[in-house]
Amino acid sequence: MVKGRMLQGARAMAEMSALCRPKVISAYPITPQTLIVEELSQIVADGDLEAEFINVEGEHSAASVVLGAMAAGVRVFTCSSSQGLLLMSEVIFNIAGMRLPVVMICVNRSVSAPLNIWNDQQDSVIMRDSGWIQLYAENNQETCDLLLQAHKIGEDHRLRLMLPVMVCCDGYLLPHAFEIVDLPSQEEVDAFLPPYDPIYKLDIDNPTTMGAYADPEKYMETRYMLQETMKKSLPIIEEVARDFSSSFGRTSYGLFEKYRVDDASTVVVAMGSMAGTIKDVVDELRDQGEKVGILRLVCYRPFPKEALYEALSGAENIVVMEKCISLGASGPVATDVRSVFQGRPATPRISGFVLGLGGRDVTMDNVRYAIHKAQQQLEDADFVGLKEDLELEGINA
Amino acid sequence: MLKVEERDKFSDHLLASGHTACPGCGQSLAARLVLRAAGRNVIVVNSTGCLEVFSSKYPESAWEVPWIHSLFENTAAVASGIEAALKVTGRLDEVRVIAQGGDGSTADIGLGAISGMLERGHDVLYICYDNEAYMNTGIQRSGLTPDYARTTTSPPGRASMGNWRPKKDVPQIAVAHGVPYVATASVGYPMDLDRKVRKALSIRGPKYVQIHVPCPLGWGTDPSHTIDIARLAVNTGLYPLYEVEEGELRAQRIPKGVPVEEYLKLQTRFRHLFDKDGAKEEVKDIQRVADQNIERYGLIVA
Repeated sequence: MVKGRMLQGARAMAEMSALCRPKVISAYPITPQTLIVEELSQIVADGDLEAEFINVEGEHSAASVVLGAMAAGVRVFTCSSSQGLLLMSEVIFNIAGMRLPVVMICVNRSVSAPLNIWNDQQDSVIMRDSGWIQLYAENNQETCDLLLQAHKIGEDHRLRLMLPVMVCCDGYLLPHAFEIVDLPSQEEVDAFLPPYDPIYKLDIDNPTTMGAYADPEKYMETRYMLQETMKKSLPIIEEVARDFSSSFGRTSYGLFEKYRVDDASTVVVAMGSMAGTIKDVVDELRDQGEKVGILRLVCYRPFPKEALYEALSGAENIVVMEKCISLGASGPVATDVRSVFQGRPATPRISGFVLGLGGRDVTMDNVRYAIHKAQQQLEDADFVGLKEDLELEGINA
Repeated sequence: MLKVEERDKFSDHLLASGHTACPGCGQSLAARLVLRAAGRNVIVVNSTGCLEVFSSKYPESAWEVPWIHSLFENTAAVASGIEAALKVTGRLDEVRVIAQGGDGSTADIGLGAISGMLERGHDVLYICYDNEAYMNTGIQRSGLTPDYARTTTSPPGRASMGNWRPKKDVPQIAVAHGVPYVATASVGYPMDLDRKVRKALSIRGPKYVQIHVPCPLGWGTDPSHTIDIARLAVNTGLYPLYEVEEGELRAQRIPKGVPVEEYLKLQTRFRHLFDKDGAKEEVKDIQRVADQNIERYGLIVA
């Protein structure tokens, strides 16, 4: 029997968020994030969660409200997408610099112009340099599982992590979809996630200065410490995933999921929901005797270089498929994957493909095409699935 | 660290000496007065600006109370979040929240966040230290820069007489939100300032207090004249002191017949309004602003 309930993704995420007992929630409506905060505000309105739900006048303030609340010592939650995340970006960087373990969901959506409310991952990928841990989910169950883990990772005391965590899920494709999701009980969550115990907070009995300014004698050290802490969070992320798997009897992958990778000569690297389609293609090509696999990156920041080298160094072809582009350069994920092999013994061919921008469907044809093209030649930031590219149509046919 | 009882002896200095404000800084004086009135059971949220920079250079801090700085324009939102956290954990009776910033962060870049905070009814006192320009970045024009003032971005020139717009009326914007208490104050009148801050903190809900604070560097004034100049701004009618409590206005009366020239001529930011023959036409415009304030707020007993 399948455990769980048939839930719309947004409802499941809202219930999971509430199970984590945030005390202050603040958000501003933006498609396709809205369903989640609507559900959360209902949960608060029904008295099922003791929290302040703050409707703000914009995303910059949504992020600032949770920043302030967390500085005052309580667990918080916010949620945004696309332009909203971009408007927050100043605060996003500030939260990380202030070492406040805020947790948010980014419901991934394209960035304007042209205005487009559909899914790609440009919005959160832009934030990769901010000092937030970024975890990308494949489906609604994983979004919920990562949300619970996000609080535990960010609030970890042993390394004084105090890092913010962004859980990313593909807009529309996940929060608007109905799937069976198995949510834990409050008791199970409480056993896994202890109450938030801040290392420092605004307290009249122990006055501290938070957000001091740092001149050239001090600033660089704060960035260095953030960088080192990000790197040190990798084993914590893995450990929390292991704890989660044993506590809840469902695998959580930590840094990445390997699907038929170990003997593969061609390995796709991708993040988020398109991994499902890619796995289907992998199965199909395996049936035809091709040694293909997919490594689905869950943890994009910190970027798990060592673990990725180990997992990918046996491949001849690495095929990065991503829903974002650093315009004028390459796909950011492809660039990062290439950096893994710089100066190392293994030298796979690493091609980069850009798919699914602004809600363009990622089809099995697209995936087959990219894999086979990468097996023939090196590609960089090759756009797949363009409607008016006759050459692409010819190859797909 | 000193015990609380010992520290209480120094409650006059919850903003400790030794910070790096300029001599004669009106803002540092006003901030110290605000904290003296507030006492130590406050959390202070501070915008980016002079006050933040001169008081919090790591690893030093002049703040004897819990204090946080995040960004330039989000102070009211950060304070909203702190208030919400205190509320949900049942600590709002014992801790007051003060959000504070300069005129740029208040009237310009942070106005949306302040409007949100006022509209949502957070129990926060917002203090604007109004020195009438962006002083921390080097004296640029803000929405609270007064008529004809010279700033580095409203310079007088062959085709300009300086700032071309009157001050934005932020206190009245706050009043329009229907908040329980709005006041203007001046560092030139510390007892009045003290009373207004204490009163504001005794009222639950959102409060807005705007304090006029001369900036010797930005205004081109003698650092020893800060208080005199602040008083002249009030007594000419250019900076009316009033409070609006539950919609009811009460203004502080001023003496009759103090012309604006007396205030303007002490400041190099208005020097271009005078030549060897005395005041230029524009000074009459400024006098009109003062006269309108006198009439509007009933500053002089008829």
